[in-house]
Amino acid sequence: MERNIVIPGDVVSDNIKMSGSGTYVHGSEVRASVYGLLNTGERYISVIPLAGKYIPHATDRVIGIITEVVYSNWIVDINSPYEGLLHISQYPRRIDSENMSKYLKVGDCILTMVASVDAGMKVELTLREKELRVLSNGRIVTINPTKMPRVIGRNGSMIRLLKSEIGCNMFVGQNGRIWINGSDDCIDLAIQTVRYIEDNAHTLGLTERVQAFLKAKEKTRYGKVHESRNDEE
Amino acid sequence: MSEKPEHFIVDGKRLDGRRVDELRQIKIELSPLGRADGSCYLEWGRNKIMAAVYGPRELHPRHRQNMTKAVVQYRYNMAAFSVDDRIRPGHSRRSIEISKVGRDAFEHVVFTKFFPKTAIDIFIEVLQADAGTRTAGINAASLALADAGIPMRGLVSACAVGKVDGEIVLDLMKDEDNFGEADVPIAMTAGGKITHLQMDGNLTRDEFYEALKLAKIGCDKVYKLQRQALIEKYNKEYAENGEDAIPRPEGDADE
Repeated sequence: MERNIVIPGDVVSDNIKMSGSGTYVHGSEVRASVYGLLNTGERYISVIPLAGKYIPHATDRVIGIITEVVYSNWIVDINSPYEGLLHISQYPRRIDSENMSKYLKVGDCILTMVASVDAGMKVELTLREKELRVLSNGRIVTINPTKMPRVIGRNGSMIRLLKSEIGCNMFVGQNGRIWINGSDDCIDLAIQTVRYIEDNAHTLGLTERVQAFLKAKEKTRYGKVHESRNDEE
Repeated sequence: MSEKPEHFIVDGKRLDGRRVDELRQIKIELSPLGRADGSCYLEWGRNKIMAAVYGPRELHPRHRQNMTKAVVQYRYNMAAFSVDDRIRPGHSRRSIEISKVGRDAFEHVVFTKFFPKTAIDIFIEVLQADAGTRTAGINAASLALADAGIPMRGLVSACAVGKVDGEIVLDLMKDEDNFGEADVPIAMTAGGKITHLQMDGNLTRDEFYEALKLAKIGCDKVYKLQRQALIEKYNKEYAENGEDAIPRPEGDADE
């Protein structure tokens, strides 16, 4: 087990071509740059960090909250050290700069995409893509962005499981924000499950475990219904 | 305040019974602060240090932002009750100096260029002081940075060496620091690259090299403890489910 966890400065490979994310090259060695789990792939060796902030990259789909409306731009909190900018021209419809707040006001949530990030970390967002929209209902939970891949699972296996088992609509933003919509019960269960995944990230067989977790929850969920039926009899 | 002892070393043993090349007891606790991005509580002999790391986060005022790299901010502070005589709260000449050298110890270890325009804030609070708080603070900060998931070239380990009774000793305690002949706090990476070195008192060139050698041994010991603390934290947090915790390739990001 000790083999898998690395700390900054640990030598992880002697083939500098293998250097992936979370590593750096020192002389002829590849070393870990973050505290996390070693992930040895065929072409790259990387370290999955256990903590950290979300750093935006182009094409990331994120969930943002409007924090300010300025001339022809909305400033969006994207759960990152950098703020996002949504230009008026990136709104799906052509709107007048005078009544921007009519369409998106401070506190509104949007499902948006990072259009570009420049060297000065100016993050430009867009709503002009398929699926992107203003979120007018549902709830948002925030998890550690480094755990986000586990909520999606390999090729989306986890998120598919959650959607079908719980029966709610979900979207996982790359920035660690998760939007959930459905009945109140479904949302509550979904949030519990997401927290369970966050706590048990980096364990083997997580999908199976979540299945068991949901099954146990289902019993308590419908337990009351069964009891009341028994009473009638 | 205690009096100057007549002898610091009797029969190869120091005032607190340690050998000349022995460190004081070190106890490390990771992530005691839930709000901070990374934190560490460290006890080193009778020193008690709390370190918290926030960031990378937006830096204000904006004119202090650097367009090419993150700014490391390091604040060393002693609690009013950390020493026998109450010390006046707030920045002092001494704490400004220690904050400056502490910052310098990390600036070139952290990959600041990954996070332009941001700040990485490191806070060191000394709750109880007994000589060697700046080195203890650097050790705690190094762990808190790792805990916060901040990329860096390696952990920084620090310890002091000094001279008492004409002998070079490792890790000075209060009386040795107050009445000894020299105090040399040193911080270095696991590879032996020095990121912090100060000297109070006088050493000859030979004595200095001997001290440096001893400091390397001390820092190696500290590094082992730091490393162990990080690995144990992981094992405790993630492996308590009774199954092997092993990584998996990251899932496809798209829904």
